[in-house]
Amino acid sequence: MDTTSPRFPANVREAFSDQQLQRALSKVPHGFIKKRADARDRLPEFDQLRDQARDIKNHTLAHLDLYLEHYVDKVEAAGGRVHFCTSADEARATIIDLCKGLDASTVTKGKTMIGEEIDINEALEAAGITPVETDLGEYIIQLRHERPSHIIAPAVHVNKDQVEADFRRVHSHLPPDRVLEEASSLVNEARQVLREKYLAADVGITGANFLIAETGTSIIVTNEGNGDLTQTLPKAHIVLATIEKLVPTLEDVSTILRVLARSATGQEFSSYTTLSTGPRRSGDPDGPGEYHVVILDNGRSRMLDTPFQHMLRCIRCGACLNHCPVYQAIGGHAYGWVYPGPMGSVLTPSLIGIDKAGHLPNASTFCGRCEEVCPMRIPLPSMMRHWRERQFERHLTPQTVRWGLGVWGFFARRPPLYRLLTGIGARALKTMAGKRGRLNSVPMAGGWTKHRDLPAPAGKTFMAQWKARGR
Amino acid sequence: MSASTPKAEFIARLRRSLKVSGEDETRKGAVAARLAAHAPNLVPRRAEGDAAHREKLFIEQATAVQTSVDKVKSAADVPAAIADYLRRHNLPQALRHGADPLIKKLPWKKGAPSLEVKEGRADPADEVSVAHGFAGVAETGTLILCSGPDNPTTLNFLPETHIVVLEAGDVVGTYEEVWTRLREKFGEGQMPRTVNMITGPSRTGDIEQTIELGAHGPKRLHVVIVGK
Repeated sequence: MDTTSPRFPANVREAFSDQQLQRALSKVPHGFIKKRADARDRLPEFDQLRDQARDIKNHTLAHLDLYLEHYVDKVEAAGGRVHFCTSADEARATIIDLCKGLDASTVTKGKTMIGEEIDINEALEAAGITPVETDLGEYIIQLRHERPSHIIAPAVHVNKDQVEADFRRVHSHLPPDRVLEEASSLVNEARQVLREKYLAADVGITGANFLIAETGTSIIVTNEGNGDLTQTLPKAHIVLATIEKLVPTLEDVSTILRVLARSATGQEFSSYTTLSTGPRRSGDPDGPGEYHVVILDNGRSRMLDTPFQHMLRCIRCGACLNHCPVYQAIGGHAYGWVYPGPMGSVLTPSLIGIDKAGHLPNASTFCGRCEEVCPMRIPLPSMMRHWRERQFERHLTPQTVRWGLGVWGFFARRPPLYRLLTGIGARALKTMAGKRGRLNSVPMAGGWTKHRDLPAPAGKTFMAQWKARGR
Repeated sequence: MSASTPKAEFIARLRRSLKVSGEDETRKGAVAARLAAHAPNLVPRRAEGDAAHREKLFIEQATAVQTSVDKVKSAADVPAAIADYLRRHNLPQALRHGADPLIKKLPWKKGAPSLEVKEGRADPADEVSVAHGFAGVAETGTLILCSGPDNPTTLNFLPETHIVVLEAGDVVGTYEEVWTRLREKFGEGQMPRTVNMITGPSRTGDIEQTIELGAHGPKRLHVVIVGK
C-alpha cells in the first residue's frame, strides 16, 4: 500500500479540520474503553493470562522455524497447501494464480489487514476479478473507496448518515423511498445484498488470527459470521497469514483467545471463533474444495532477534488505538499506512522504513496507556524511543531538533551550569507569570502556547527544593 | 541441506535472523515436548465445580450474549420444545438438520406433527436449522460444533434461526476440556475440518458502535439442553 506517512503533519491538520471525522471520533473512547475495563474486572486471572500470553509468543518466536515446519506438515497432511511468500509482490502473484486456476470471477473476503498490506483488492481488480468485502465495516469503506481507519473497526471514522448516503448511491436497484435511518435497517440491507455475493463467489479469502502448529489449523475470530460464509461456501478458501500468527498448541491459543476479545471489544468471547483444518473431506456436504495458506514474511523475519521482536507478539486487538490520546484526536488515516495508533507507530517503521515513517514514533505523549492495556505486554513506548534513537543516529531528525538536543546535551553534561541556568529560568518564568500562575506566551515556545497556557514553575527547581529539605 | 525450494529458503531466512540452527537438539526437544504435552496454561477458576455449577454458569454466560436456553428432561421432549420455540417467535414450522444420529432419532412426527423436517446441508432458503452440539463451554457460554455430514457447517450460518441441541453431560467447564474430548474422538493432532466456537448470535458494531444482531449469520441462537 502507498504511504502518506511522510506527510503526517499535514494529515493531522486535515484530520483536525474534518468535522465528520471529529464527530465520529468523539464516540470512540467511551464504548471500547469501558467495555474492556468491565471485561477485565470480571476475570480475576486477566493479568496473569497476559503474562502467560506474552511468554507463549516469546517461546514461539524463538522457535519459529521449527513450529512453522510442523505446521506446514500438518496442513499438507490434512490436504491443504502452503505457499511461501517473501514479499507483497509474491503474495499477490500467488493469490492471483490460484484464483485464475479456479476460473474465479468473484472473490468474497473476510477482514484481513495483511490484505491491505499487500493491496490484494487492487491486484484482483487488475486481473479482472471482483473482490467483495463482507465485513460490514470493510464493505462500507470499500463502497467509499477508503482504507480502514482502525484495525478492528475499519469504518469507525464514518457516521451513520454517511453510510445511508453510500447505500442509497450504490444499492440503486432497491426502492429509493425505503427507510434507512436506523442502524438496524442498514445492517439488514447489507445482509441481503451480501448474501447474494457469498452464494455467487468462486473463492473466499480470509486472514487468520492464529495458526496452530500442533494441528495445522487456521483460526478466524469474528462477530458477524461473514468470515465463515466467506470460507465455507466457495470452491476454495485462501488463508492469508503472516509468520507471527503461529502458536504451538490448542492449549496455548486458548490462553491468548482469553485475552483477545476482552481487550478488543470487551466481550467475554467473540461470537465466532472458527478453527479450520484443510479442505472439505469425503462425505462432507459442504465446505471449500481447496484450502490454501499463503504465508507471508514481508519484512517480519528482519525483526526477529532485534529490539523490535516484541512487536511480533501483537494480536491486533486494537486496545492500544482505543486508549491512545493521539489516535482519539486524529483517527487512523492520518498515520498514512495500514496500521494506525501506537502499534502502527512501532510496526510501520519496521515494514516501510524509518525514513518514511519517522513522524509516527514521534506522535506520542508517552502517557504509557498503550503498554498498560496491551494484552501481550508489548513495551510500545520504549520501542518508539528506540525508533527515535535510530532516527537521530541516521541523521533523520530535523536540524532544529538536533540543534536543540545538542544544546540541552551540552548543559546536561555540566550539572553546575545546568542547575544555574534552570534556576534562573524557573525564577524568571515565575516572575513573568505573576499572580495568574500561567503564561500565555513564552519566547521561542509560541507553537506550544498558541493553543494553551504554560503553567508557571514553582520558582525553585526540583533539585534546589530537594537540597533545601535536606534529603 | 535440502534443495532450494521456496519453503527451504523461507525457513532458512528465519534461522539466519534468529541466529539458530534447525539441527539444535535442545531446541527440537523443547518444541517436540510442547507439542506432545497438551499442558494447560493458567485456566480461569470460574468454571470449577460440579455439573450443576457448570450448567448454571453456561446458561448465565450464554444468555448474557443473547443466546436463549431451554431445558428438557429427555430427548423425546426436544421436538415439542422446538415447535413451541418456533411458535413463540412466529417462525415457520420447518427446519433442516444433518445426518446426526441423535437428531435423526428424535420423535419428530410424534412430538411435533406440524413440523416439516428436512435433512442435509443448509439451503439459502432454509429459515431454521437444528444441529447437535459437540459441547458447551461454561466459562463463556460457548457452543462447540464440528463439521461433517452429521452437522454440516452451513447449518450454523445460513439460516436466520439456529437451534442447537446439547446433552447436559456435554457441558464442560473450559476450552481445554473441549480439546481433550476432540483428541479422544478424532485422535492426537487431528481435527475435524471445521470446529465452530459460537458465543451468541451474529452481531456487528460497525455502524457507530451500536450493537446490532444478525449481521450475516443467524439472528437468533437457541439452545435446548437435554438432561436431568
